Amino acid sequence: MSAPGNFTIPKRGPGIWQPKIIGLLCNWCSYAGADLAGGGRIQYPPDVRVVRVMCTGRLDALFVLKAFADGADGVLVSGCHFGDCHYLEGNYKAAKRMFMVKRLMKSIGLDDRRFRMTFVSASEGAKWGAVITDVVKTVNELGPSPLAEFNKE
Amino acid sequence: MPEKKATTKKTESKKQDTKKVAPVKQEVKKQAAAAPNAAVGSTTEQKARIGVFICHCGTNIAGSMDIKEVQEYAETIPGVAFVDNYQYMCSTPGQGKIEKAIKDKKLTGIVVAACTPRLHEPTFRTATKEGGLNPFRFEMANIRDQNSWVHMHDREGSTDKAKDAIRIAVAKAALLQDLYPKSVPVEKTAMVVGAGVGGMQAALDLAAAGIKTYLIEADTSIGGRMSQLDKTFPTLDCSQCILTPKMVDVGRSPNIELMTWSEVHAVEGYIGNFDVTIRKKARGVLTPKEAEARGIVGGGCNGCGDCDAVCPVVKPNNFEVGMKPRKAIYINHPQVVPLIYTIDFTSCVKCGLCVTACGPEKRAIDLESKDEFVTVKIGTAILATGYDIFPIEKKEEWGYKRFENVITSLEFERLICASGPTGGHLVRPSDGETPKRVGFVLCAGSRDNTGTGKPYCSRFCCMYSLKHAHQIIEKIPGCIPYIFYMDIRSFGKMYEEFYYRIQDEGAKFIRGRVANIIEDKATKNLHVMADDTLLDRPIDMEVDLVVLASAIQPSADTNRTRKLFGVSCSMDGWLLEAHPKLNPCGTTTAGVFLAGVCQGPKDIPDTVASAEGAASAASIPIHMGEVELEPYFASCIEDKCAGCGMCVNLCPYSALSLVEKDGRTVMQVTEAKCKGCGTCGGFCPGGAIWMNHFTTPQIVAQIDAFLLGGEQ
Repeated sequence: MSAPGNFTIPKRGPGIWQPKIIGLLCNWCSYAGADLAGGGRIQYPPDVRVVRVMCTGRLDALFVLKAFADGADGVLVSGCHFGDCHYLEGNYKAAKRMFMVKRLMKSIGLDDRRFRMTFVSASEGAKWGAVITDVVKTVNELGPSPLAEFNKE
Repeated sequence: MPEKKATTKKTESKKQDTKKVAPVKQEVKKQAAAAPNAAVGSTTEQKARIGVFICHCGTNIAGSMDIKEVQEYAETIPGVAFVDNYQYMCSTPGQGKIEKAIKDKKLTGIVVAACTPRLHEPTFRTATKEGGLNPFRFEMANIRDQNSWVHMHDREGSTDKAKDAIRIAVAKAALLQDLYPKSVPVEKTAMVVGAGVGGMQAALDLAAAGIKTYLIEADTSIGGRMSQLDKTFPTLDCSQCILTPKMVDVGRSPNIELMTWSEVHAVEGYIGNFDVTIRKKARGVLTPKEAEARGIVGGGCNGCGDCDAVCPVVKPNNFEVGMKPRKAIYINHPQVVPLIYTIDFTSCVKCGLCVTACGPEKRAIDLESKDEFVTVKIGTAILATGYDIFPIEKKEEWGYKRFENVITSLEFERLICASGPTGGHLVRPSDGETPKRVGFVLCAGSRDNTGTGKPYCSRFCCMYSLKHAHQIIEKIPGCIPYIFYMDIRSFGKMYEEFYYRIQDEGAKFIRGRVANIIEDKATKNLHVMADDTLLDRPIDMEVDLVVLASAIQPSADTNRTRKLFGVSCSMDGWLLEAHPKLNPCGTTTAGVFLAGVCQGPKDIPDTVASAEGAASAASIPIHMGEVELEPYFASCIEDKCAGCGMCVNLCPYSALSLVEKDGRTVMQVTEAKCKGCGTCGGFCPGGAIWMNHFTTPQIVAQIDAFLLGGEQ
């Protein structure tokens, strides 16, 4: 975990590719955990854009596929720990769907490491920083999504 | 990443993979058209005119990104009719800007790019409402907590991220609809779980405010940890003396329904209307009231203790930390409230001697009693589940449970207490001798980063150890307390003065963490090995008795109970408050509040204060009479519903059901039961479920806005 003063800012500029990653977060655990990371000034790379829903249970598997079809290089779904869901068991149901998405990705030849489901609680600001850092690192290693390539002229 | 508008249509049908998902988009459009009319105002037809307001938050945001660049970008986003920025959007002038712009610019939706919706969504919703728009036509872009604060020196990265965040928020704002919160009546009863000093205080306050309160206690009597203590710091009040009046008040209050030997079994419902099922554990002994209900007039337990005298089973008394025997039928201590015996059915041999001793008049004992389940309706609940002592034997170097003369502070409390197992005579467990040198090990398991103990400070150990030092100086002339400490944290009112007093009384303070304790096999004396960090030399101190100021941890049943009420916990297991500073008694579950140590280590004054705070907070919805629920309900788009019923089984709240309508089976939502999680909407294979405020078109628009550019 880096303090603001010694965090290495990612290199940018012409020819350096920036991944597009979307984070779909539940309101009660992961979004709150991400806020806590902010309060704690935990630094991480800025490549993930966040969409908030009340519960990961709200997430249709099609949302993830839609993001990939739109050219996302990575998708992160993050909810409460099992047993901690604000709505009792929404995260279990989400996890089932998301595993299905992972299987589908494997079968169609889209690297399933581009998609991740994690569990970060409202008190895990530091973990949030670590998760994002790792997601960005993984997607950076994988490079641009093949679907994004198709979308180019 | 401001890619220019070109990409929209391309995704539709380019390649195979894209085709798979293309229907989503068409789905979305149809769904928007088919949305239930109740919530969809005529304004959806009208072209969106979004106002974007960017907050500097002093330098919190403006210091890490280029606000001017973000504003110029926001002006180019389709649908945006007005953009402004301000130092502090949450201030009165900031809110005034929103109100004025709604009127002047005929806005249909508001986006504020500032902190987090978890902090200021209510503020800006109110401003939106003041400006004449429906408050739910507001969307927040989080550019502080999840942007400027986590990319502090990455100006380019945070500026780009803020642009995207605003574009995503605008996409949603353009599709927001008028929503109306639902008012529900609040049941005029409350519940407090745990009857230690915090729970009792909360229940007494609620009762005094005229609210009927169920007080649930898992043990056989009330009083909690405080009733096990001898004296309290820094006033040296006798703990029982100041606690018993409260215990008696609880027992007598007509507004408190006390349920001991009971635990929460299930919780259903929502703020104002919780249905709580309580498991009344088999007690084996009837209260006078229960006896009367069975037609035994004048019967029931009167606490005479005749049963106790004849019971042949001997077990360790947990209240005395196992240092005193009790029978299978027992009370914790002589001052118990309620004064009703309890049979420990795990050890009872059902010999029936107690039944005979109790006699034909009272007939209080029922050896065949079973657990009973009672369901009560409550409006709000307070959790006051308290703490347990950390199992300090895990820190093997201090030898607890290996060496007889190493005890915990709680054992010390019982040994020094006049009503304790030794009648208040502090003795060495090994030989019953009075110790002349007592070592106190502070931070035993607290402030421990080795992974074995707890990383946090348990907060009251310093002070009670000072009190213990005073007590042995007072009771045993010539006895010297040696206090091994890291720092003495005497933070409260009159605490520092108490610390000086104990220094003056002759207690010896050694600053150094105890590395090891070794027992002298012959004398059973103990060698405390430490490093005196003030004198910078190692110490080997021989003492007669060692008292470990053991860390505390959430009580054993806390985790189960919190899950029933939907309350989160922090990484160390303490229950998570809604906001650590501004809402320390609230939780993220509306209508559930926290009192005392279950939220984090607290001494008695802080526990009582937090209990009174929780009681006040819990009484507000009850006195208001009704609460507003966020209108994030699901509803069925009946044209698309195939009546498969998958959603009915998915709903954790049984809010959904299948009904016959115009000769078809369709799903129907009971709004009062729906909490708006959207689990049904995330699954529905036909896209027939409409989730207010998190609709499929809104979420897809957000995804598209980020990845395609925002002009779908």
